[in-house]
Amino acid sequence: MLYEVTIDGKNHQLQLKPAEGGWQCRLDGLPVKVDAVLNRRNVLSLLMNGKAYDIKRELTTTGMNIWVGTTRYAAQIRDPRSLRRRKDGVGDDLSPKELVAPMPGKVVRILVSEMTEVEAGQGIVIVEAMKMQNEIKSPKKGIVQKLVAAEGANVNAGDVLAIVE
Amino acid sequence: MRVIRACRELGITSVAVYSDVDRAALHVRQADEAYHVGPPAATESYLNIQKILNVAKRCGADAIHPGYGFLSENAAFARACEDANFKFIGSSAASIEMMGSKTRARKAMEKEGVPFVPGTSSGLDSAAQAGQVAAKIGYPVMLKAAAGGGGKGMRLVQTKEGLGSVLEAAQSEARRSFGDGEVYIEKALINPRHIEMQILADEHGNTVYLGERECSIQRRHQKVLEESPSPIVSPAMRRQMGDIAVRVAKTAAYSNAGTVEFLVDENANFYFLEMNTRLQVEHPVTELTSGLDLVHLQIRIAAGEPLPFTQKDISLRGHAIECRIYAEDPDNNYFPSPGTISLLLDPSGPGIRLDSGVYEGWTVPIDYDPLLAKLIGHGADRPQAISRLVRALNESFVGGVKTNLPLLRRILGELDFQAGKVDTGYLDRLLRSKPAEVKHDEKVAAIAAGLFAILEHPSTVANDGPDASGWKKAARADALRGTT
Repeated sequence: MLYEVTIDGKNHQLQLKPAEGGWQCRLDGLPVKVDAVLNRRNVLSLLMNGKAYDIKRELTTTGMNIWVGTTRYAAQIRDPRSLRRRKDGVGDDLSPKELVAPMPGKVVRILVSEMTEVEAGQGIVIVEAMKMQNEIKSPKKGIVQKLVAAEGANVNAGDVLAIVE
Repeated sequence: MRVIRACRELGITSVAVYSDVDRAALHVRQADEAYHVGPPAATESYLNIQKILNVAKRCGADAIHPGYGFLSENAAFARACEDANFKFIGSSAASIEMMGSKTRARKAMEKEGVPFVPGTSSGLDSAAQAGQVAAKIGYPVMLKAAAGGGGKGMRLVQTKEGLGSVLEAAQSEARRSFGDGEVYIEKALINPRHIEMQILADEHGNTVYLGERECSIQRRHQKVLEESPSPIVSPAMRRQMGDIAVRVAKTAAYSNAGTVEFLVDENANFYFLEMNTRLQVEHPVTELTSGLDLVHLQIRIAAGEPLPFTQKDISLRGHAIECRIYAEDPDNNYFPSPGTISLLLDPSGPGIRLDSGVYEGWTVPIDYDPLLAKLIGHGADRPQAISRLVRALNESFVGGVKTNLPLLRRILGELDFQAGKVDTGYLDRLLRSKPAEVKHDEKVAAIAAGLFAILEHPSTVANDGPDASGWKKAARADALRGTT
């Protein structure tokens, strides 16, 4: 199997072939032998050159997090045959970006109006959850094309709050 | 959960109450009986005295344990329980009320020789009066609402210029927030330590102290990590603090478990801050060092039993540290991060206690405090307690919601913490610098991502159509597994 794997924004080519006592991997061309056991859903035990790794996975809205020990790696995995059909927005600073609510809560304040220019990192909306306020910041420099959320509205995690173009 | 466990150990039937969002909560699953008390908003459920009492009547309860939050320090609730003939597992309404007002508590305690941060024991009438007191005790000073608590209603004043206007603002804020505009003044201690003394009193006039807890590691006045004993408290200082804590409790005619809080300055002078008239979240560290079960004792005291020991029978052993595991996002200013726990791996092994309120599959609601679990390490000494806790934190995993586990690991690995050099400003200072993140397992992560995909659906990988990504296939494989 051939995969394209993105780890913390960096792409890798990964080839996996069943082999005697495990898997023959080729990562960016470099061969390595791995013994792997899926212990349970989202938990994987890897043995590489005698070293043991206990790996956990969490699914996220954009892909997954792979935890090696206590370190987290953001990962996406694609089957290359589907690559050409996939519209890949990663790293594309020109396309409109959606501001989404990171957690369920209530929109308590909107800090800018539509069609204003904002800097990357500038606060756009304040969402309150569990009695604490959280400023949702613009993912890029641009113009606020649309404010989807209204003050006082309840939002769920992943709801679009605004669009910055 | 803590109380349900104690009840089960003592052969007592436990009854839980729950709001709409807590129907599937662990305490409801584990209790012998459970009753619904209303919608998610605490004011209409867990804080609604009448609803709680109705449940107590309906199930024929003998006693009510108020837990650590919600109504646990509410004198009106304690009184309502007394009036309805339910035993309130805590002190009397009168002593809760006395300790609820800081100025009233201060007046009573000053008479008994309890040390206070220099300042006034009654509300300020005018800016002129405030100026006189401030000049006497020296700047900086703190203005505090008499009815405040938990860091609310406090204002720091650095120089005499700002005093008048800040006083006015503090009074009007206190009136708005607490319905009581009384504000008093104290000398401001900059980044003191927060050290508290556990006491236990029966209803026959016997009161003992069980040693202190160092609770200086806090943020937004929310405790994150607590330990016992404190690295700076000597046996002589413990005796002094303990004697004063006992005196405070006796003055308030206090019974049951309580905590007397002190602020401690850099010269180890300690000052009475307030009394918490309930069991504290961090009580396990005291349980581990004293060998006592505080909830068992609370129930026995409430049943009218005398304390089964005296002060000289109490000996403290080893060192215990508690970490509070919160669902909060380290990358987002530790903002609460509710959601569904997709994977939960609990630590175990020597010297480890886990008091958890969650399970895999549980959705942490947005409505309440995001505390998931408390992980406590116990050892013969502080270094052993730390190393056990670090080891256990590394065994712990919570997937699906973000947690402060990385922060807890960082604190325990930090040199000042290991040297016991902590104060209430410690955590804010630590968080001002980002930890240097070292990542060297990208390759392992990449290989793991591929192997997860291939091992979860070995037969479908090669045969699926061109537009099915590894992801969709993984999701489909999961869905299929769920139905067969």
